[in-house]
Amino acid sequence: MSSLNSRDSFVIEREVKPLDFLSAGETASDFKETLKSLGIPADICRKTSIVAYEAEMNAVIHGGGGIIAMELEGDRITIVAKDQGPGIENVSLAMQEGYSTAPDFVREMGFGAGMGLPNIKKYSDELDIETKPGEGTTLRIVIFLKDEGGVE
Amino acid sequence: MLLSEIVSILDAEPLNGEMDLGIDIQSAFASDLMSDVLALARPGVLMITGLTNIQIMRTASMIDIPAVVFVRGKKPPRETIELAGKLGIPFIITYKTMFETCGMLFQAGVKPILCAKR
Repeated sequence: MSSLNSRDSFVIEREVKPLDFLSAGETASDFKETLKSLGIPADICRKTSIVAYEAEMNAVIHGGGGIIAMELEGDRITIVAKDQGPGIENVSLAMQEGYSTAPDFVREMGFGAGMGLPNIKKYSDELDIETKPGEGTTLRIVIFLKDEGGVE
Repeated sequence: MLLSEIVSILDAEPLNGEMDLGIDIQSAFASDLMSDVLALARPGVLMITGLTNIQIMRTASMIDIPAVVFVRGKKPPRETIELAGKLGIPFIITYKTMFETCGMLFQAGVKPILCAKR
């Protein structure tokens, strides 16, 4: 069902607005619906939407907005999330569960509890973080279409 | 257990009369941290929360959560109700606290989910 040929390759790109909590998550929802409509297995759709959602929330909360793109090509889905925010000062700290620099009003909404990047890592097959203080952050996340029995 | 039985156990109110209360619920997860829901919940698991903002429904839809219980009598704002309708996620409101809600459902046989040691 998930075998794709070159005709199915595509890229979707969406702009994410800073601190727009009403619209936050629309991009990840769009991605999920698109993958579902292509017959991609439910667990792959779910993993992709979770990593896109966490990346989108990071761009909304920390990144001053940004661009989130999903590319489907060959055996993989790639999510690229690029923001112009302050960058991540210490990536290994940011990867620790519970470490957060989010302001209180974000925490009151149930986010900013220091699980964003750990969740992205948990649900992805590859994660690359390019960041420089003062220059923004780009996440490149890969999810393989073939489920190899990792975290569901 | 059917969602309609959960409504009755929790003396809860389904706000939207058109909601499907015939959903079968086997397990539940209670949290006010949406990233913890994303990290630990599984498809088919009932979400119990004290938060009512629109991101609760977004989170539920990402992980294929079939229904949401709002505890402590909190009524969700219009945008949350509208998104729940659009996504087809039924929700109910109980005046019980989160602790009592969890206790009553656990006693009635609703299972927890596994949080693996790490």
